Amino acid sequence: MIARLKSNWSYLAIATLFAFLILAPFDWFLGQYTTLMIVIGIYTIVTVGLCLLMGYTGQVSLGQAAFFGMGAYISAILSTTYGFNPWLAMLVAAVATGAFAYIIGYPIFRLKGNYLAMATLGLGLIMWIVFKQLNQFFGEPDGISGIPYLSIGGFVFNTSFRRYFLVWFFCLAVLLISQNIVRSRTGRALRAIHGSEAAAESIGINVDQFKVKILVLSAVYASLAGSLFAHHLRYVGAQPFDFMASVKLVVMAVIGGLASVWGAIFGAGATHVLSDELLLRFGDWDVIIYGLILVLVMIFMPEGLFVRLKDILERLRLRYRRRGVEP
Amino acid sequence: MASEQFVQYLISGITSGSIYALVGLGFTIIYAVTKIINFAQGEFVMLGGLVSFTLIYRAGIPLVPALILAILIAAAVGAAMYLLAIRPPKKASVVSLIIITIGVAMFVRGIAGQVLTKEFIRLPSFSGEKSISFLGASIDPQALWIIGTMVMVTIILHLFLTYTMVGKALKACAINPVASSLVGINPKTMALIAFVLAAAIGGIGGVVFAPLTLMSYQGGVMLGLKGFVAAAIGGFKSPVAAVIGGLLLGIIESFAVAANWGPFTSAYKDAIALVVLLLILLIRSGKLAEEERAG
Repeated sequence: MIARLKSNWSYLAIATLFAFLILAPFDWFLGQYTTLMIVIGIYTIVTVGLCLLMGYTGQVSLGQAAFFGMGAYISAILSTTYGFNPWLAMLVAAVATGAFAYIIGYPIFRLKGNYLAMATLGLGLIMWIVFKQLNQFFGEPDGISGIPYLSIGGFVFNTSFRRYFLVWFFCLAVLLISQNIVRSRTGRALRAIHGSEAAAESIGINVDQFKVKILVLSAVYASLAGSLFAHHLRYVGAQPFDFMASVKLVVMAVIGGLASVWGAIFGAGATHVLSDELLLRFGDWDVIIYGLILVLVMIFMPEGLFVRLKDILERLRLRYRRRGVEP
Repeated sequence: MASEQFVQYLISGITSGSIYALVGLGFTIIYAVTKIINFAQGEFVMLGGLVSFTLIYRAGIPLVPALILAILIAAAVGAAMYLLAIRPPKKASVVSLIIITIGVAMFVRGIAGQVLTKEFIRLPSFSGEKSISFLGASIDPQALWIIGTMVMVTIILHLFLTYTMVGKALKACAINPVASSLVGINPKTMALIAFVLAAAIGGIGGVVFAPLTLMSYQGGVMLGLKGFVAAAIGGFKSPVAAVIGGLLLGIIESFAVAANWGPFTSAYKDAIALVVLLLILLIRSGKLAEEERAG
């Protein structure tokens, strides 16, 4: 009974989310925030991958922006200098980034905890230095411009209204795929790995293989988001892929709740609304507030803000039920 | 390469290596005692430089007291960091602690930018700007201050750890916190001392480094990373090993940039440390995994 009720509730929540997302870009609703919503959608895709990696397998990545940047740069270079079709460029970027993650996955996952964090940080910074050099080969000193819009047949995604639906189509697809992974045998294996690697191994889970698989998946997500980012802004620079960017991605995953797929929307959304809309008024105070949020969330609710809120709602609902008010 | 040039590059490598060594010492002390990698370690160096600049040019305090005060302030920030952010969470995982130290680093960096200065700053040299000739190379006297300070700090730290009661307690806690708490050593107090020591050493590094280079509130990130590489080369075990690691890294960087061919241009100077870092981590990964399991 409770299970069915719970699933009814989550269907309701998801239906509300869909309705909100469909109505949001219209002028009479949240039309003026369409660009912000596009960016949130793009970052949600990256954050979901990071949530799977950090929350479900317990592996840290402080270099996720590297994969994000690889997607953006490969798309940008192939579709400008080499005149590739943007969709093909996007596919090549995803495959290349996934392959890169696969190659580095086995050696890097021999490291754990602190050392893994430092290795991913180092990798992220190396890629950032590479991106800065790529600018000079393929564009201006600051970045690559003139990236074409995506299009299907004659339909060009040249307005933010159109790109909004494109981005959120990808975003929801990624969320649903991830949701299914988490609920499948793979998801249970991942949680076992997070609980105890030794125990997981003892019941026949190939720990290394699962970790690398998830790393590749998160890299492909990030690359996809990077490609969308490049074709949305039509300009790519190195700055959105620096160390701070990787840290901000971790912030989004942490706020959303590391072990929560849908929390990613909340994490990416809250972070961007905070920094793009609210904190702008405080000037450069955003770093301070980000830092404070990280520390406070980790001390008081290490399972994440979104998950904590969900727990509180759930508890309230149960108390309500026990009083016999609900039929 | 002419021998004067060789000496020149060697000394410049040892100079920056000494700074990396000081940062690496901080990483090693904190890691040994608490098993935490403190991502805010570079920020203490930045604080040392920026606080002394503010004290000298805004508050008008003379050089020497300003420098001492700056080091004390960095140490106080280290203590506050431990008491307010590291100690409160119960049963925090490695991942949460990493995120917490990153959060503290961002917070300290942001506050430094807002409260101290956003400019690139430089302190006056301790003993004049006139460079010294040595084996045909010209040396900034501040470089000698940096190298000398690093050597002094290392010696004092070594003596402290070997001959004083508190130092021995720190060592014991690093070797086995449970056993040392059985003989009356409080691991939490030791962790606090480790943070204060590391922050003070970082502050000292900032104070001696700021006259030689331009420093800004964002300068802590790269310095922290280089210091980490130094500590990683040393294996996070002994202070002396971290110092050797720092010097090695400084010298490698200096000569790689000097060679100036192909990929080794100054644009890639920072990448060298990162590649060294990855190589060390991957080569030692088997041993590191064992340690983590045992610890």
